[in-house]
Amino acid sequence: MTTQPSMIQASDVTHYYGPYPAIQDVNFNVRKGEVLGFLGPNGAGKTTTMRILTGFLPPSRGSVSLDGFDVVEKSLEVRKRVGYLPETVPLYTDMTVTNYLKYMGTLRGMPASRIRSRLGEVIDVCRLGDYRKTQIGKLSKGFRQRVGIAQAIIHEPEVLVLDEPTIGIDPIQVVETRNLIQELGRAQTVVLSSHILPEVSMICERVLIIHEGRIVAEDTPQNLAESLQGVERLEVEVAGPSADVLPVLQKIDGVISVSHRNNQGRHTYIVQARPGRDLRDEISRAVISNGWSLRGMQMVGMSLEEIFLRLTTQEDL
Amino acid sequence: MRTVRAVAWKEIQIFFLSPTAYIVGLIFLALAGFFFSRDLGDPFPEATLSPFFQGAVVIFILLAPALTMRLIAEESKLGTIELLLTSPVRDWEVILGKYIASLVFFLALVAMSGFYVILLFVYASPDPGPIYAGYLGLVLYGAAALAVGLLTSTLTNNQIVAAVVAMGILLALFFADLAFGAVGGFPGEIIGELGMKTHFDDFDRGIIDTKHVVYYLSVIASFLFLSVRALEARRWR
Repeated sequence: MTTQPSMIQASDVTHYYGPYPAIQDVNFNVRKGEVLGFLGPNGAGKTTTMRILTGFLPPSRGSVSLDGFDVVEKSLEVRKRVGYLPETVPLYTDMTVTNYLKYMGTLRGMPASRIRSRLGEVIDVCRLGDYRKTQIGKLSKGFRQRVGIAQAIIHEPEVLVLDEPTIGIDPIQVVETRNLIQELGRAQTVVLSSHILPEVSMICERVLIIHEGRIVAEDTPQNLAESLQGVERLEVEVAGPSADVLPVLQKIDGVISVSHRNNQGRHTYIVQARPGRDLRDEISRAVISNGWSLRGMQMVGMSLEEIFLRLTTQEDL
Repeated sequence: MRTVRAVAWKEIQIFFLSPTAYIVGLIFLALAGFFFSRDLGDPFPEATLSPFFQGAVVIFILLAPALTMRLIAEESKLGTIELLLTSPVRDWEVILGKYIASLVFFLALVAMSGFYVILLFVYASPDPGPIYAGYLGLVLYGAAALAVGLLTSTLTNNQIVAAVVAMGILLALFFADLAFGAVGGFPGEIIGELGMKTHFDDFDRGIIDTKHVVYYLSVIASFLFLSVRALEARRWR
């Protein structure tokens, strides 16, 4: 799997809306044929990331290349290779399904003959057969979603970017849409975003958790589920000889690991505790009983668990 | 070019199916008819389209923006612009396609006023020169007005704002020749030369002066160019 060449490479991507960074220093790779999921609560920066991948928004800093083409410099080449379903599924409501798909196919530079042959396939795959001549505005949300997917795949793009592909549609359609994405993922590289944990674990081979514009974790769904058991991290600043402090902290019951940092004479220790253990009392007692002074102690960032608490872990059924 | 054609064709279909376009068409023909027939009651009416031309250039100040306000602003509002701009379509292809569509509908409207020409030729013997020249001027004038409207539609996602701003620009350009008297001197002359009405009147007199043709073509080119840049700039906001 790791020998597959890289399809998308994002390095140090930052995007500002005015003074506020929507995403910051985001790095990731997507291998050819991989199904990658971005998981994060609303407002985490998923849509911004998707928009940068598709060339809709240029990154304020950093670069993204897709199949070797830079999304800003070679935007047109990138856009030829991408099929995109935005979160809001924007469609021309006064067009019929067939006319709309033909139009999108032409915009993607497909010759008329290929559009004709692909049209039938795409309509079959997305099960839109009964609605060819229906005005899009008259379709239900779930069917519009299918039309949205159909336009994203009509030109057989190498990369499929789906922003919240199952948001706002009914449960049966959610299941169908997921199956469809899984099917597509066999042939294509797929990048999708979601705020639903089970959905991502079901569809994706690899998950990036994005929170407040930063990637906070990256793993397979299985490994993530395991690490989800919870890790407590504390940053402790102690005035004392680090050679002595380190073993004392390590010996505290419930500590998994301690790392030491010397920041211009300030000695800080990152203490990883066992899941669910709050070691603040034990640590402060240990430090003080050894005659050192405890200069500070704080929770480091947000643990995965806390992030996940903000995610929907239940399906909206 | 296929994409330009695809964009244009889609918009043309919308024009010919949308109520707005027909309302615009109705108003144009009703008012144009009024201007055309106004002087016919004179004891010695002149066989001329001049009143129609003079009226039409005023009507276009209001109607051209009503035709173009939708073109990009609606796509921005509905979000469909996201799929349009992430398709392998160049920005100028989008602008050109949309512009051609509005031009086609506009030409269809103007063509319908050909009825008055037929009437004139049947019941009188008008001088054809000013009619040909007037129509050329009218088409150039309208085409320029549409380009102005397309730019304002690109700049906002609010159709009303797009239309009102375009009307403002067109009114300013219409009355620019008044600045000749008010400002005076060389600056006044420059502003006066920018006026869309100033350059129209020779056509109405039956004179086709390259100077005026070049003026309208430059207005069209500049506003289309600015529209392309404005569309590009959307990405950087």
